[in-house]
Formats: sequence, C-alpha cells, structure tokens
Amino acid sequence: MKQFLIFVRKEFYHVFRDPKTLLMLFGMPVTLILLFGFALTNEIKNSKIAVCDYANDEATQRIVEKLRANNSFEIQEVLMSHLQIEEAFKRGKIKLAIVFPTDFNSDLQHVNEAQVQVIADASDPNTATTLTNYVRNIVMSYQNEITDGKTIPYQIKTETRMLYNPELKGATNFVPGVMALVLLLVCVLMTSVSIVREKETGTMEVLLVSPFNPFLVIISKAVPYFFLSLVNLTVILVLSVFLLDMPFNGNIFLLYGESSILIITALSLGLLISNSTQSQQAAMLISLLGMLFPTLMFTGFLFPLENMPLPLQVIANIVPSKWYYIIVKSIMIKGLGFSAIWKETLILVSMTVVLLFVSFKKFKIRLA
Amino acid sequence: MGDVVLTNISKTYNDGKTVAVDDVSFSVNKGELFGLIGPDGAGKTSIFRILTTLLIPDGGTASVSGSDVVKDYKTIRRNIGYMPGKFSLYQDLTVEENLNFFATLFDTSIAANYDLVKEIYVQLEPFKKRRAAKLSGGMKQKLALCCALIHKPEVLFLDEPTTGVDAVSRKEFWEMLYRLKEQGITILVSTPYMDEATLCERIALIQGGKIMSIDTPDNIIGQYPKKMFAVRAEKMSTLLKELREYDPIESCFAFGEYHHVTFKAENGNNAEALNTYLNQKGYEQVHVKQTSATIEDCFIRQMNE
Repeated sequence: MKQFLIFVRKEFYHVFRDPKTLLMLFGMPVTLILLFGFALTNEIKNSKIAVCDYANDEATQRIVEKLRANNSFEIQEVLMSHLQIEEAFKRGKIKLAIVFPTDFNSDLQHVNEAQVQVIADASDPNTATTLTNYVRNIVMSYQNEITDGKTIPYQIKTETRMLYNPELKGATNFVPGVMALVLLLVCVLMTSVSIVREKETGTMEVLLVSPFNPFLVIISKAVPYFFLSLVNLTVILVLSVFLLDMPFNGNIFLLYGESSILIITALSLGLLISNSTQSQQAAMLISLLGMLFPTLMFTGFLFPLENMPLPLQVIANIVPSKWYYIIVKSIMIKGLGFSAIWKETLILVSMTVVLLFVSFKKFKIRLA
Repeated sequence: MGDVVLTNISKTYNDGKTVAVDDVSFSVNKGELFGLIGPDGAGKTSIFRILTTLLIPDGGTASVSGSDVVKDYKTIRRNIGYMPGKFSLYQDLTVEENLNFFATLFDTSIAANYDLVKEIYVQLEPFKKRRAAKLSGGMKQKLALCCALIHKPEVLFLDEPTTGVDAVSRKEFWEMLYRLKEQGITILVSTPYMDEATLCERIALIQGGKIMSIDTPDNIIGQYPKKMFAVRAEKMSTLLKELREYDPIESCFAFGEYHHVTFKAENGNNAEALNTYLNQKGYEQVHVKQTSATIEDCFIRQMNE
C-alpha cells in the first residue's frame, strides 16, 4: 500500500512539474468550451439580409419592421431592383433576400392572396433552411395579426413548442459533446503518454525489475488522471452553467458517477494504446487521431447520427462518447434519473470491462 | 556453483534475422566483480536484460542466485539491483525523491539501508533538493547506483554505468564498486571501455553476440602470443600508414600516444631494424620500445581471428 501511495504521489509530481501537461490538462477544456460557446456556434444571429420592396405599402412596411426587430436578422441593404439581388449575393454580404411585388397590400386585401419571394444562399443548406423558416414565421405572424378577429374557414394553426431548450441554444447541444471529447482526449492522451514516457526514458526497465506488481504500476498511473479528470469535469460544468447558461436539471451525483465510468473507459483505452507504442510521439498521435475524429464524428453533437447511412450508425455504436452524450443530455437537460439511462450505462460499463480486460491481457511484464 | 549461470543462452530479434546473443555460457561466482567487455552492439545489453528477467531467451537456460530467469522471475526481481544503460531515473524528481521512491518501491527505506549507500550518498547530499535532470553526468550515475543499491540486492547488474561519464567520476565509480564487492555483493558490469576491463576480477570479451574468452584480465593479457612494441615518432598519422606498409610488421593499431605493433617473425633485432627503417624514411624522434599487451590488443587480435 505504501508502494502504491508513493507511486501515485510521483505521478502527481510529474503532472504538476510539467507546464506542458498542465496546460494540456486544464487549458484544453477551457479553450474548447469557450470556442464552442462563442466562436463555433451554430445558432443563427444577425444574419445579413436584403429587402427589395416594390410595394412599400402599409403591409410590407409592417413586415420589414418585424424583420428588423428580430435579432436573427440584420437588414444590410434595401435594394431598388430585383436585378441587384444576385449582385448582392455575389458580394457575399447577404444570406437572404426578400422581394415584395408591387401592389402587395392591395392584392392581399382584394384578391385575398399576395406573394412574397424569399431567396436564400443555399450554399450552406442548414442556414438557408433555418433562415427561410424564420422569415416564414414572421410573415405568418403578420398574417395572424391582420386576420385576427376575422373568420376564415378551415384554418390549421400549428403551435410549436421547443421542449427542454425553448430558446434553441447551441450550448445544450455541444456542452455534453465537449464534456465527452475532453474527458476522452485528456484521459487517453495522458495515460498513454505517461506510460510510454517510462518506456522511452528507460525507467520502465527499473520498475519492472522490482517487486512492485506491474499491474499496480498501471493502476497507480490511472489514479491521478482519474481525479484530475473529475476536476476538469467540474471546470467544464461551472463554465457552461454560469457562463453559457446551460440548464442543469438532473442529479449531480448521477452525472459524476456516469462520468467516472467514461473516465475509466478512456483510461483503459490509453493503457491499450501505450501497450502497442514505443514512443511518446506515436502514443500522442494515435490518441489524438483515434479519439478526436471518432468523437467529433460519431457522438452526435456536430452531425446528427440519425441522418447517417446505416454502416456509419453501426460504427457510432462502438464509440463510447455516443452513449455518454445521450446520458449527459438526459441528466442535465431532461433531468431524468437512472431508470431512464440504465441501458446506455450498461453499454458503457460493458465497453469498459472489455477494454480493461484486453489491456491487462496485453500488458507486458517484460520488455518486448 | 556460480551465483549467475548462463547455459547456451541465445537471443534473436526481427524473427531470427538479427542475432544478438549466440550460444553464450558463463558463470559468475558469488561475491565476484565480473566484467562483460565489448563494443556497442556486441550483445551486452541483451544478456543483461535476459538476466534481469526483462527478456525471455530464445534458447538455453540462465539462473540468478539459483532462481531461473523465466520461471522464478518474481524471486529474482526482489533480490537484484539493476542499473540500465540509459539514465533511468525520474528527471523531474529531486535526488531525495528519486531515492525515496525506489526505496519504497522495494519495500524498504533510506534509513534502513543507509550504511550501504552512505559513502555515495554523502556526495549527493548537498544536492538532495535538486532535480535529477540538473545533475552532472557523474552525479546522475551515482544517484542511479544509489537507487539500484538501496534495497541491499544480492546481485547487482550495471549496464555500461560509466558511459558518458568523465574520467574522475569513472575512477570514483569503480572505487565504489570495490567497496560494494567487499560487502559480498556479486557485481556484473558491462563496459565498452577496454581500460576498465583490468579493474574487474574476471572478464568476458564479447563480440557479435559470442564470447571470445573468459578469464582474469592478467591471464588474458598473458595469453597474448606475440611480443608487443610501442612506436612513436613526430608525424603519428602518416606513421601509422608507413608502419602498415612495412613488410615484417604483422599488425599495427593506434593506441593513445603510441602505435602498438607486432612482428610476423619474433627475432631479437626487430625493434632496432624498425628504428633504422623509420630513420631512413625521414621520421624524427623515433622511439620504439617493447611493452606489454593490453586488453584492447587482446580484443582486436581475438576479434580478427
């Protein structure tokens, strides 16, 4: 036991005496949270649009006013002719243009039907769809205003409610993703590099030629990173709740418990990588490439998994972060208890057990 | 019965393509200071790793203090001290932390075996709060030796402990080994430096994974079949070429400030004849004298045979 404790203490010395490790450990989560929180957001704010209003009457002015009031839009240009629209798009200044024909209001009043043209830059299809939907909503709301009190037969009103995230904040989507990413990256990278470092500097030889159980070497390497990861998790949670207004509806102990499972999964992955590499660079490269891409692609926080072709969906099932992502969303946002996530937890636990088994099996008590 | 026994040990790498150790057998007696002498790539480290249970040999058997290196690896790991060729301490830990770590790892403490490392450790004590990375090469080796000794091992394996260490520290290091030997510890040391060979009680000359000879340094030198001459003159570099072209000479190698020369035929006036020959060739301050062969001479001769 004394041996184990001094080994753990030694690992903490390694971490706290190396500025690069410290930066990696605590700089990365903060940077990722801030990056995803402010820079890489997929919320649409202040999209520049152009308006070409041939009618310029009571109705169109009211609609344009509503557009201006909405913070999704910023009216960049008021065009005199629809011929200028393409020019404006090509200059890349606007994302969307709205054209009101002449006699818009009189058509509306007398023919009971008026047309408005919405032209969007669909080179980014998601933004284009979202923006046209926003415009449609605004036009609809104007229509509701003027038909208010009048009876129109057979009208279907759709009322949409955005559950759990009524303001459609991006943070609710990416914070669980970033949590998975950071925990996986940090744990896998740190454990694999720290074990391979011992091989590289030759200290592994001395450790092996000692009565200390080789498996305890591994476990005592994992312990410091386990606790540091929990600290990391706390930093991410504090930042996202207080800075990014991320909701937290569930049980915090359940979240830490589930996160611990992911951390152990990651530690055993790191151990597996360290068994099959001989240099710190190789370990770092494999950990980064092997963790970053699958986590970004198959977790579901950047690309919805439902839209992927079946083979990719199958692959996503073996990515631990996918299950963790579901668990965190359920706990933090929906405030669900263990009964709702026991299936995902079971999958994560079995992954961990398999990984641990394989990596202990592969661990060498000798060189080569 | 030896304390360390190797019987027909062989080891290959790259699926048998690279032969590192080729049918090696020798034994080291209890309390002996035994040297494995050979250049880089001779197979010294592979032998050390097999004996310290880090590698499994492809063939043959080996035992340390009566325990088999494959079957009883756990017993061996408790009872030996090992200092690998590379500086293998934690660079970011201080002298004291390193020593403390290794002492605890072997389930002992600095205080318990202090008398064993005392003489070495007093030299390190002024720097005990300094990180290992900031120590000089000689200090690092001393610390590594301390760490390998702290649990009072029965057998000590030192793989090239003096490589990259200055002459003074090397001398001090060997003095420490003598003192450890007096305490009854069996010491197996490897070195590429031929001049250190004479400091061992018995040596094995190793080259290309094969043992060329095993004996005391004096016996190995005594078995050198030829008379050895040392030659010096003003222009040493051209002299070496000149000597190799001189027909009566059998072999000639640069050796410090002299060239070591042997003659094909051993007759009395070889030295005089060479002296005259070189004077004729225009060399000044020619000096030819008989000398005794060194381990290096023996090594080169055996290597070429």
